[in-house]
Amino acid sequence: MQLFPCPFCGPRDETEFHYGGDAGNARPDGAEVPIERWAGYLYLRGNPKGTAREIWVHTSCGEFFVMERDTVTHKVLSSTAFGGEHAA
Amino acid sequence: MTASRLATGGSAIDRSRPIRFSFDGASVGGFAGDTIASALLANDVAIVGRSFKYHRPRGIWGAGVEEPNALVDIGGPQATPNTRATTEPARDGLVAKSVNATPNAQADRNAFLDRFSRFIPAAFYYKTFMWPDWHMFEPRIRAMAGLGKVDTHWTSPGTADQINHYCDVLVVGAGPAGLAAARLAAGAGLCVTLVDDQHKPGGSLGHRACEIGGKPASMWIEETVAELTAGGHLILPATTAFGIYDHNLVGLNQRHFDGRRDTLWRVRPRHIVLATGAIERPLPFANNDLPGILSADAALAYLRRHAVLVGRRVVVATNNDSAYGVAAALAEAGADATLVDIRRDGMPNATAKARLVKGRALAAAKGRLRVEGVTLDDGTRLDADCVLVSGGWTPTIHLFGQAKGKLAWSEARAAFLPGDPVDGISVAGAAAGSVSLSEVFASSEKAVASHGKTKAALPLSTGPEATGGIVAAWPVPGSKGRIWIDYQNDVTVKDVELAARENFVSVEHLKRYTTLGMATDQGKTSNLPGLALMAGITGRAVPEVGTTTYRPPFTPVPLASFAGARAGELMAPVRRLPLESVHRESGAVFQEYGGWLRPAHYGGRGVDADRAIQDEALRARRSVALFDGSTLGKIEVIGPKAAEFVDFLYYNTMSTLKPGRCRYGFMLSENGVVFDDGVLVRLDEHRFVVSCSSSHVAAVHARLEEWRQDRFGRDAVYIHNATSEMATLTVSGPNAHKLLETVDLGLSLDDADLPHMAIGHGFYGGDAVRIARVSFTGDRSYEISIRADRAEPLWAHLRQVGQAFDAVVIGLEALMILRAEKGFIVIGKDTDGTTLPHDLGSEGPRVKRQTEYVGRRSLFTEEASRGDRLQLVGLTVPSGEAPLPTGAHGIKREGDRLHSQGFVTSSYHSPTLGRPIALGLIERGAARHGETIEIQHLGKVRTAMITAPCAFDPAGERLHA
Repeated sequence: MQLFPCPFCGPRDETEFHYGGDAGNARPDGAEVPIERWAGYLYLRGNPKGTAREIWVHTSCGEFFVMERDTVTHKVLSSTAFGGEHAA
Repeated sequence: MTASRLATGGSAIDRSRPIRFSFDGASVGGFAGDTIASALLANDVAIVGRSFKYHRPRGIWGAGVEEPNALVDIGGPQATPNTRATTEPARDGLVAKSVNATPNAQADRNAFLDRFSRFIPAAFYYKTFMWPDWHMFEPRIRAMAGLGKVDTHWTSPGTADQINHYCDVLVVGAGPAGLAAARLAAGAGLCVTLVDDQHKPGGSLGHRACEIGGKPASMWIEETVAELTAGGHLILPATTAFGIYDHNLVGLNQRHFDGRRDTLWRVRPRHIVLATGAIERPLPFANNDLPGILSADAALAYLRRHAVLVGRRVVVATNNDSAYGVAAALAEAGADATLVDIRRDGMPNATAKARLVKGRALAAAKGRLRVEGVTLDDGTRLDADCVLVSGGWTPTIHLFGQAKGKLAWSEARAAFLPGDPVDGISVAGAAAGSVSLSEVFASSEKAVASHGKTKAALPLSTGPEATGGIVAAWPVPGSKGRIWIDYQNDVTVKDVELAARENFVSVEHLKRYTTLGMATDQGKTSNLPGLALMAGITGRAVPEVGTTTYRPPFTPVPLASFAGARAGELMAPVRRLPLESVHRESGAVFQEYGGWLRPAHYGGRGVDADRAIQDEALRARRSVALFDGSTLGKIEVIGPKAAEFVDFLYYNTMSTLKPGRCRYGFMLSENGVVFDDGVLVRLDEHRFVVSCSSSHVAAVHARLEEWRQDRFGRDAVYIHNATSEMATLTVSGPNAHKLLETVDLGLSLDDADLPHMAIGHGFYGGDAVRIARVSFTGDRSYEISIRADRAEPLWAHLRQVGQAFDAVVIGLEALMILRAEKGFIVIGKDTDGTTLPHDLGSEGPRVKRQTEYVGRRSLFTEEASRGDRLQLVGLTVPSGEAPLPTGAHGIKREGDRLHSQGFVTSSYHSPTLGRPIALGLIERGAARHGETIEIQHLGKVRTAMITAPCAFDPAGERLHA
């Protein structure tokens, strides 16, 4: 079982977390967004081998944060709260 | 084999405590400290089980976890099938039975199968049972498959404890390497946990004579254990480290032997030292599976620990140095020992008491039910009642492999050794390829060195040192006779050759095609010989063939250990209403709805539930109904940007809502699909309450949080889930107003002050109450929310004054009828993962809204604009017919073919209308009211007329009645 560092609560079991998608998947606003752009936002994922930046939520405290981890070795490289005020 | 117990000796047994247990119905005597296997050997029981496929007679092979043959079913209160006799302590009164044998191992009715063995090689059933139909053969084959039998009368002796544990260093294995590593780590000031699957620490020191620091090894073991215990370190005997998982979480299963279930430990060590030793391999020769053929090291262990001499005339066959000590010890104990070594030179000095045959290998074992002799490869025949074999040592690198450690092939050791180091894990002792005690201690020092400077002295081996000379003796293709590789799954050299011929040459294919290494022993003795043979057949080197993937568990772990307390009601705990006990007293029959335990109806058990539900629904329309709606989501959204926030979250514009008013709306997902519906209450300028579906509260809450944190910021809004703080009691029906007038709630209930879709604030018994005039029944309704712990008096009061109005308490089932009569939907029941808001008739915001909201762009795709979308409709059947089955499909015919054009989502009998009602999602349904369509269910076709969803009071007059 992996240990994820919540920027607020410290290292916790992975079962306390939910995955929230790729970090940096900015939402395009408006009814006129080109459909390809919207489909990309909704469905297209990088699925990188190696370093990935992802959004996770620690369900125990409810906080979302950005975690960098290696999808091959499962090593956690960093975790930072939104806004960057907390890092673990 | 004529095995016997010696008059003296045996470090593990206590001769003052004799015990007696039964094996296959026969009484077997032994001593405390015996394993089932050692006691059976002491009583010269040769055949202890039957092999999986051919039902060959099998005897004990090993003395530990690697045992492939001696599996027994343990009966009684702690019944466990397929237990290894070599690791299970013999206890007084224990009942053990051999596996895969009818009626017993000695006389197995299915033994005839062995004579057909050449017709049933590896994978024969893939080829044989294809025609006419596998299912014709399946029951018979399933009945024959498997080893032990599950006791269906077994009852659980309680739940297994689970412990989360932390330490600096976890040492796995308490042999010389592990003990030394633990002591060195403790000396460096580190907190140590030492685990070992044996009852007593010491590992191979328990039967391989050595001297440490000028003293017998047993003294050093005691001293080390005492020092670790005094230092507050944890030693767990009878505990198997069965798996290393992500981020070096180690799973341990601890046995107790006192009636308690095993304990599961989840250990998070900073560092892991694997001192897991090595397992002895068999040698390849014909009939090498006969009872009486044992691992040489196991024979030594039985001699030293249990004072059991495994035979009188013993042939010790080897390709390496380790068997020489065994031959010497057995000869010393009185056996007539002959050493047969495949090597001509380079071996250690043999004892004068044993004969030595150089440069010869065993060609075959002779005997039918037990070994009677051997033939050497030059044709020489030797009589023997026991054959001990040592084909070399396979380091126990399973845990290292599980941690994704790469293995490196060592030609000198004829084995895979741990390769590049894995973060946080070091390997010491025989598992790392060390042989002599000096090498072992040096490897322990190296394993611990990087964690701190130790004050403990490195132990010194002062006795004669073991040597590791070996010449590989792998099975070779084209050998004569039947040579077993995997004893438990009956895989022979010929099976591996067959796999190679049919091109299953990859090690993973070989495994699955022949089942090599797939038995309960997971190939601890067979994997390496098997893949070495495949290397030989295909002309590759052993490391080119590679190993299969190592996965937990190392040995079988009871499912109870993994389950822990998560059983029965705790498996998936339900959420409970604050008034549950009151409802029970009123005859409520409870059911689980979306994780909540709620009254289905109040008719009591044993009554006709349908009648009770119909009666509740009918009376609710006639006068007034009371309903416990406490599960309804109540999520507060508070803050300066609260209005902007709910606007973005809802499909409907919510910021125009006036304080004190409510509005119904949809929440969408980003793909436009309706995610939830409900009433939004605006308490004041900056404070809203989101009412969401009962089963959906957690999901809605999570979604609100996500958008708050991701888009609006922590300071813009604050979200608080108040669902369980408040109970919500609903009064609904034509007499709802009159009933409530008799209860002093401290506010005016006049329609001018509290109109439909408004809220009011009052008090009941000193507690604040919030009254919302919203309706899920179509009748005038008041939802009264009060502190959950103060709800009971109010509920009792409502019921008491209700008597004058013939008030009825209704359960969820009646409410479902009432809302369906009105065409009110339940998300996930009347919608699915494709339903967009305009499919439900809510077109306004899509057309008119100019501001951004979740899911907006998805409402303007080609798919969202299709003309043939499924739309919400009512479905009416001719009077006198039964309700439509929920899930039945609306069909259209094209020639002979039927196509679905939607389906029934909700269907009930309406007692008020006196006819069935139904809701459905039907293609272009909104434009087809009045049209008759065919509805098919399980091949039966009926007709129904498409109508508007609302079947009762379409003008909505009853809301104000």
